[in-house]
Amino acid sequence: MNPFSSRVMRSAVIALLVIGLLVLALGGYLNPIFRVVLNPLITAQSIMSSRFMALYDFLTVPRDVASLNQRNVELESQVAQLQTQVIELQQQIADSKVLYALLDFARTQPENEYAAATVIGRDPNPFLRYIIIDRGSDDGLRHGMPVVTQQGLVGRIDAVFANASRVQLITDASSTVNIHFQSSSVEALLDGSLTGDLALDMLPREATVAVGDIVLTSGLGGDYPSNIFIGQVQSVRIPENGLFKIATIQPVVDFTELKAVLVIKNFQPVNLVPLIPTPEP
Amino acid sequence: MATLISIPIMIFLLMLQTGIISHLPLLNGTADLILLVLVAWSLQAKVNNAWFWALVAGGLVSLVSATPYFAPLIGYLVVTGLGQFLQKRIWQTPILAMFMVTFVGTFAYQGILFIALVVKGVPLNWRECLQLVVLPSLLLNMALAIPVHSIIVDLANWVFPTQAEI
Repeated sequence: MNPFSSRVMRSAVIALLVIGLLVLALGGYLNPIFRVVLNPLITAQSIMSSRFMALYDFLTVPRDVASLNQRNVELESQVAQLQTQVIELQQQIADSKVLYALLDFARTQPENEYAAATVIGRDPNPFLRYIIIDRGSDDGLRHGMPVVTQQGLVGRIDAVFANASRVQLITDASSTVNIHFQSSSVEALLDGSLTGDLALDMLPREATVAVGDIVLTSGLGGDYPSNIFIGQVQSVRIPENGLFKIATIQPVVDFTELKAVLVIKNFQPVNLVPLIPTPEP
Repeated sequence: MATLISIPIMIFLLMLQTGIISHLPLLNGTADLILLVLVAWSLQAKVNNAWFWALVAGGLVSLVSATPYFAPLIGYLVVTGLGQFLQKRIWQTPILAMFMVTFVGTFAYQGILFIALVVKGVPLNWRECLQLVVLPSLLLNMALAIPVHSIIVDLANWVFPTQAEI
């Protein structure tokens, strides 16, 4: 057998050509040719693939939209629930802050026995300034008990039901509180008004009172315990022909934002009526 | 039922009044839902128990409020009387009647409260009361008159359904 027969030679040439092409391809020398040849193929493949995907989406998306819509509704419902929870928690945090403040105040006044109560309403008569709280005679509350917050004096209990009480605020037009100043022994009467402003009555002309002076309960009359913070002097004026000075007071308690209060349970208001002399017939 | 339904409705209205409406003042005046409902109810031609509603409303408000007991009762009875009086005369224009009775009724009711408090010894200045309480309350009542009237018309139709003639 002739080793150089034509068949063997052809195979060898083909093998050499293949090896040569492989070497050239691996060496990167055929890239321009590949690019020219492959680019149209790739472009065609891309077009075909994109058309196929579009067709696939067209056939399958409606089902996905329905499921997505369902999922969206579920998630929106979850979001609404979570938002409600957030609002409830925020409300609880706000309530807790008020209660913690009241608790701190109660701890600083160990001589008093307190009952915490929530404000649940206001008097329907717009001429009056009363609030309704959610504690009553079942909780040991009685008529006349003073009501405070951690900031200062609020008022006193005017009427008691089993599970609720009505509290007359010190801003009510018929409210009168005996007061004295922290910086001096001057005493006067604190009157409420229709507008909720507080003013001092029976303040002697010679009394030295300045803007910013602190006003406290004096305890006279037996309606309130002494030395409960009420507010500060806002303005003072001396009427030309008046017997007394006139002073307005800025209360320390914000009566429009009252949410929770403390009732002083161990204070017994003094009933002065039997001591008032009645004219003999 | 038309009579007994007044009790839960008035309790609900009183809760709304003390819990929500009283917290939304205009100057010092507030809307009076109970008064508006009484006015609208007394203006319904089918209604024959408006006086009982006024008694229930007056009793409940007297119980909760620090106002002298008789004042809200008398006030609501007067307002209901006004409504009944007008209902027999200008019933063809219920909205106009609603506005008229709300206007006059607010003045009458607040006036009775004012007099009762002054007699009790509360130091109130009538000019201040008029400017800061009565007029703002009147404005709020007038603003709420139409929605309250619409609700009460539906309630009256539900409580007193029209009888079909056979």
